[in-house]
Amino acid sequence: MSAAAVNGPALLCRQLYKRYESGDKAVDAVNGLDLEVRPGECFGLLGPNGAGKTTTVEILEGILEPTSGEVEVLGMRWGQGHDRSIRQQLGITLQDSRLHDRLTVKETIRLYRSFYEDGIEVRKALEQVGLEEKADSWVVKLSGGQQQRLAVATALVGHPKLLFLDEPTTGLDPQARRQLWEVISELKREGSTILLTTHYMDEAEKLCDRVAIIDHGEIIAQGSPHELVSRLGGEHIVIFTLLEEASPDPTRFESVDAVSQVDQEGDSYMLTTSHPHRTIPALLAALQEDGLQLASLTTRHVNLEDVFVSLTGRHLRDA
Amino acid sequence: MLDRTPFWQLLVSRALMYLREPEVIFWTYGFPLILVVALGLAFNTDSGRQVQEFAVVDGPIADNVVSSLQDDETFKVTVLPRDEAMQRLRRNQILVVMEIDPQSLRVTYHYDPSNPESRPLRMAVNDALQRASGREDSFPARDEHVTAPGSRYVDFLVPGLIGMNIMMGGMWGIGFVIVDMRVRNQMKRLLATPVRRSTFLVATLSSRVMFFLPEAAFLLAAAWLIFGIPINGSVWAIFVMALIGVLSFAGLGLLTASRAKRLESISGLINLIMMPMWIASGIFFSASRFPDFMQPFIQALPLTQLINALRAIMLEGAPLMSQTLPLAVLAAWGGASYLVALKIFRWG
Repeated sequence: MSAAAVNGPALLCRQLYKRYESGDKAVDAVNGLDLEVRPGECFGLLGPNGAGKTTTVEILEGILEPTSGEVEVLGMRWGQGHDRSIRQQLGITLQDSRLHDRLTVKETIRLYRSFYEDGIEVRKALEQVGLEEKADSWVVKLSGGQQQRLAVATALVGHPKLLFLDEPTTGLDPQARRQLWEVISELKREGSTILLTTHYMDEAEKLCDRVAIIDHGEIIAQGSPHELVSRLGGEHIVIFTLLEEASPDPTRFESVDAVSQVDQEGDSYMLTTSHPHRTIPALLAALQEDGLQLASLTTRHVNLEDVFVSLTGRHLRDA
Repeated sequence: MLDRTPFWQLLVSRALMYLREPEVIFWTYGFPLILVVALGLAFNTDSGRQVQEFAVVDGPIADNVVSSLQDDETFKVTVLPRDEAMQRLRRNQILVVMEIDPQSLRVTYHYDPSNPESRPLRMAVNDALQRASGREDSFPARDEHVTAPGSRYVDFLVPGLIGMNIMMGGMWGIGFVIVDMRVRNQMKRLLATPVRRSTFLVATLSSRVMFFLPEAAFLLAAAWLIFGIPINGSVWAIFVMALIGVLSFAGLGLLTASRAKRLESISGLINLIMMPMWIASGIFFSASRFPDFMQPFIQALPLTQLINALRAIMLEGAPLMSQTLPLAVLAAWGGASYLVALKIFRWG
């Protein structure tokens, strides 16, 4: 192992481009992307479907070739004769990959264990993903969440220095998602370096130390979830609707105390604020002044979804 | 330790998956066995249709015909009105209808000359009647029937079915399995591990060889137990010939699977490639029945050569080294398939 792999970033890419051409049309799936993942952190790529997350990850994993750009994984580059020794140190789950139906959980992990020189015992991998009781069940008999945890086990079994989890919880029910989050949180506690992609903002917030928000193959914001949220100028959002047909211009509320941003979505007005206890009385006063009556008023914390909306004008789900 | 190597684990996994697919077990064990038993019984000349039916059109002399043939057990004579006799002839329920003109006593035989059983029956009946009415044979003759093991239809069939199994095993067992893995993104998943591509390919091919051995042994043993089929050549020669067939068809299966991305397309491709061999390569009847202008194409098919060689070795006791043409054709198909397949193979 080179010194760079120990002290330097676990993963680095600079000016990454991937262009798909078919006939006259060209699509830039990845459009000049810079990333750095530090050892021991869980880094999230957050973006809507089709933002280029999977393409990026598959280039980093050495499965796809970039059109141009530099990639360094654990201090090594793909295609320079180290590919197999890089792979020895990576653990990967792919989006949409289905393991063999008629192998048991234990047999599947044993198969993947055999691909790596160093690794953990099959029993340990079962334990880490909480599938001990399913060890002798066929894969086809597992629920979606159990299959996904098994996929994580096949990634863990080579005791990787760097773990790629591509949309690990997509399509799972809430309970299965929370179980998988626990597995990933436990891996974080043990000091694993993880690159995770997701289009769920709550997942990124809960699991990731740092997040890059990606849209149209470009990073549009990067930082810890807390940093990204506080960049909006407040940590709370006051949401209200009005009675009757009244629809004053949103700019009317920009002057309300402590408000940093005003958005309107349908009938709802949303005020971003760092001090709801100052904003709400001021808002009520302003409404009374204009003779407007509230139909509803709620507050909530700002989340990464709001960051995405404020940057792109779209929601993660329908982007 | 061998059991920790990727090769061994890939091989074991493949074997477990194979044994856990009841459909596959049926097609590789049950289906050929059913064919052997059903066709072996249907075309068994020992118990076949020795008693052959023919009809005499009702008339004044019809009874004379019946009485002069009644001692001969090989015929079963029925007297029928003309219309009914002709109708049964058209329906293939009787093979020959004999009609005697009451005035001139001239005999007319009605039969379908393209039915291979009709003409001998007409000759035999005619001979028997001529003899009964006083014709002298110019020299004595007697018949000796050859139904010894080795020349019956079932003996001809078994090498054909072994060839068929080798073809189906290579095409489905390699081609379909690989595309199934590709569809499931398993190929890409393997690519992301340190396992060598060659290890994966060699393990997949080895699994095919491993499965073939009990398949062929089972079919041979069953055919031997039920019908007493002979194995005149050396078992090793059969084994080596079959092995070369397995490797060659595994290559063809790999080539077929090298680009396909959907299970529907691989199924279609496999059937398209197997169809001409199903029909023309001589599984069920000799390939030489096809017209001469088609022979160069038919003889160039790998299954034709594999079955030719297996028949020569099993039935005639030919040595392996005499089978140069089959060996060359199979090696050419196999070699070319691997070369092209590895060039164009889609891993991701």
